[in-house]
Amino acid sequence: MSKIVFVTKPVVALKQVTIRFAGDSGDGMQLTGDRFTMDTASLGNDLSTLPNFPAEIRAPQGTVLGVSSFQLHFADHHVQTAGDAPDVLVAMNPAALKANIKDMQRGATIIVDADEFTTRNLSKVGYETNPLEDGTLDSFKLHPVALTSLTVAALSELTLTRKEAERSKNMFALGLLTWMYHRPTEATENFLNAKFAKKPEILKANLLAYRTGWNYGETTEDFSVSFEIAKAVMPKGKYRNISGNAAMAYGLIAASQRAELKLFLGSYPITPASDILHELSKHKKFGVVTFQAEDEIAAIGSALGASYGGALGITTTSGPGVALKSEMIGLGVMLELPLIIIDVQRGGPSTGLPTKTEQADLLQALFGRNGESPVAVIAPSHASDCFDIAIEAARIATTYRVPVIVLSDGYIANGSEPWMIPDVDSLPDLRVEFAKSQEDFMPYLRNPETLARPWAIPGTKGIEHRIGGLEKADKTGAISYDPANHDFMVRTRAAKVAGIKVPDLEVSDPTGDAQVLYLGWGSTYGPVSAAVEVLRDNGEKIAQAHIRFLNPFPKNLGEVLKKYPKVIVPEMNMGQLAMLLRAEFLKDVISFNQVRGLPFTTAELVETAMGVLHD
Amino acid sequence: MTDVALTKKDFTSDQEVRWCPGCGDYSILSTMQAFLPELGIPRENIVFISGIGCSSRFPYYLETFGMHSIHGRAPTIASGLAISRPDLSVFVITGDGDALSIGGNHLIHSLRRNVELKILLFNNRIYGLTKGQYSPTSEQGKITKSTPAGSLDTPFNPISLAIGAEATFVARSVDSDRKHLTEVLRAAAAHKGSAFIEIFQNCPIFNDGAFDSVKDSETKGAALLQMVHGQPIKSETHGLVHEGASLKLVELSSVSESDLVVHDAHNPDPSYAFALSRLSSSELSHVPVGIFRDVARPSYGSLVNNQIDEIIAKQGAGDLSTLLSSGDTWVVE
Ligand SMILES: Cc1ncc(C[n+]2csc(CCOP(=O)(O)OP(=O)(O)O)c2C)c(N)n1
Ligand code: SF4
Ligand SMILES: [Mg+2]
Repeated sequence: MSKIVFVTKPVVALKQVTIRFAGDSGDGMQLTGDRFTMDTASLGNDLSTLPNFPAEIRAPQGTVLGVSSFQLHFADHHVQTAGDAPDVLVAMNPAALKANIKDMQRGATIIVDADEFTTRNLSKVGYETNPLEDGTLDSFKLHPVALTSLTVAALSELTLTRKEAERSKNMFALGLLTWMYHRPTEATENFLNAKFAKKPEILKANLLAYRTGWNYGETTEDFSVSFEIAKAVMPKGKYRNISGNAAMAYGLIAASQRAELKLFLGSYPITPASDILHELSKHKKFGVVTFQAEDEIAAIGSALGASYGGALGITTTSGPGVALKSEMIGLGVMLELPLIIIDVQRGGPSTGLPTKTEQADLLQALFGRNGESPVAVIAPSHASDCFDIAIEAARIATTYRVPVIVLSDGYIANGSEPWMIPDVDSLPDLRVEFAKSQEDFMPYLRNPETLARPWAIPGTKGIEHRIGGLEKADKTGAISYDPANHDFMVRTRAAKVAGIKVPDLEVSDPTGDAQVLYLGWGSTYGPVSAAVEVLRDNGEKIAQAHIRFLNPFPKNLGEVLKKYPKVIVPEMNMGQLAMLLRAEFLKDVISFNQVRGLPFTTAELVETAMGVLHD
Repeated sequence: MTDVALTKKDFTSDQEVRWCPGCGDYSILSTMQAFLPELGIPRENIVFISGIGCSSRFPYYLETFGMHSIHGRAPTIASGLAISRPDLSVFVITGDGDALSIGGNHLIHSLRRNVELKILLFNNRIYGLTKGQYSPTSEQGKITKSTPAGSLDTPFNPISLAIGAEATFVARSVDSDRKHLTEVLRAAAAHKGSAFIEIFQNCPIFNDGAFDSVKDSETKGAALLQMVHGQPIKSETHGLVHEGASLKLVELSSVSESDLVVHDAHNPDPSYAFALSRLSSSELSHVPVGIFRDVARPSYGSLVNNQIDEIIAKQGAGDLSTLLSSGDTWVVE
């Protein structure tokens, strides 16, 4: 940093902080949040993030609808969620303040761009008086900073229009927060250098705004203290920060490499799944084929065709896309070919809440097809778990020759966390065997152990055969309308999926005598774990288990359910897993549901458990 | 190349053929079985993918790899296969309902991409398998089970549609004309990229006689306008002449041979082939047959695979460890 500093301000040590950056969708809040995250990760704090953006790309400027935010929770210990109530809100305009103030608790810090609090902007969002002056924010630590004018003044030497200069104000805010929390500045400066390498004037503006923001914290009296959060204790290793969608893409590439199969992705863009398509498209040097099809049906059809030819066929989508793919998934069930369908769930039904999270596709994944059509269904528990789940999906699909549906969701997909980079050699060997040239080949003769049929790819001499969606005779695969054969084949396809080997459910029950079990699936893992930690810290006895394999269920699930008198199942749907557990195990679980497009907060889960523990 | 030359018998599967007696599909199948040995491609490298419909039973009867998929979606599956396995010869078998109704979207997109597929559309102008409803190629006013008072829809002209969809190879033939169909198949097989062939196919059960005008020995000579590259386009009675930017059908007796349009299947301007496609009226009194258009454009699979090869040549093959540790990383000691 360029300025010489004479006064050293006091430094306060904190254990954890949650910051929310909020602004217009054009204010660059996601980038600001991303950079703060990277600098925090490299400092060694554990963290979890929650981006939240409007469905409209550019909603009208300065309106509550157009507010985009990025929340980051970081700590000197293991972090489970992106945090409930932020300790710090950075609001770039009155709309951002209005949209987020209800989530803030008394005593929290609020930093606003005071320049934006004009009469016009205030009335746009329905503020009759200026909240910076009317006392409504008295219970908060309010810092009105003239972000825009300070940025513009700092950049006055550059040949930029005022509009262009104003655009760097997010870097001013980032610089200020970087100073407040003692983040390193080098990585962000490197990032800016690379990003704007071809636009030197814009680069200068961003760097200057960033440094000015930092210096502002250091020199002005408004900010009297800064904070330090010690490194979290994490297992030894090399780390990076990763979002769920990126981890999923990497996991799929890893799976194709370990299986020595060509990765073929057939996809049609849809929020919040498109980033997997974008990420995979960048990695053609792995021989990855990404095919942006004309619709969801063509996307999965092409993946199935590639799989028929011996590739690792994958399709990525969200709920509405899964609805379109249903018939082709059924064909995959009938053809008994490997196929991976990744559903990054969002709020439904119909177009629903495209940018918000939900877990309401579970029953669609399990049953949303005609006929008896069993497929494997698995779900990642947190962002970096997407890497492992992708490998798991490939293992199941190729071993059992069956479609596998992976249920990620918007929270996991866009959220990020530090990830210990695995050693490539430690990843499972996924190599497969194709059917060899032979006489009297029978395409539906099964492996007695897995019940899988041969993966018999075109180009193999002597095993030419015909398959299709019509019911086929056991072993020969010839068309068969025989009633007993159909009954047998339906049961066999079901038995194959039921027999997929999945690990037992692990239960965490430190005292061994808890009476209440928190049982989650998918992205509720973080919030539930955080709640369980709080409960245990308060002396409550509570057990926790998390289901990653939804079809088939872990073999010991029934036993686990029996062991605990009370089982709470929190879901971001109307009780879909709860319905399955009741149906299959006759266990009257306590279903806790919310469909607000947001992950559960720790507080809500603690409160729910307290109600059950002490009823 | 195969060690021993294959014969028609080698391409005939052991499945009993189950079309209605007299169905046009039989002759198309027989022509195909007789044609395949000529390609010199081993059986295991040939794949037939079909949708749903009477016509889509076709793959069962060929001793090659085959998939009878779902209604309208064969081009999607075939695209995935053809792109990821450029070593295979992939045929798509479809019907007028399968290709133009439920699967219309996939047909046009496969054609515009120029995926290495030979698409054979068996056009019987009716839904055969579901027992006789009108189809997107049925003439307006068609009386069927679902249109007892006559259909109201304007039909598609499949050839015009394919040309409009940027197809690089577009042809038409007739089920019963083995020699003509074989010639068209031969040209399609030699074409790089998508080849679209409409085959007039009689359904004696639900739409008998739909193509009588181009089959009856009394009328066909006049009705069939033969398109042969480098030859004047004409039937026994009529020929084509230029009229402004368009084409006009005239009686042969009214013009001299040298006035006739000489067919140029390789004409880069699609409006020429489109004009030809418009000559077939709904009642089929005059119908161009042969190859409307055969132009060169890189196949989609070759573009996809070249792009990957070029990236690998420039950057080297991907290394998983490097990928996983890309971006900002840090070490916890
Ligand atoms: C999703 C779906 N919708 C409807 C059907 C019923 N169906 C089967 S074939 C067909 C029409 C077939 O007509 P065409 O493609 O012209 O084939 P043809 O039988 O005439 O050869 C229909 C509507 C189906 N199998 N699947
Ligand atoms: S219904 Fe028509 S198209 Fe179908 S098999 Fe019979 S004759 Fe052929
Ligand atoms: Mg038909």
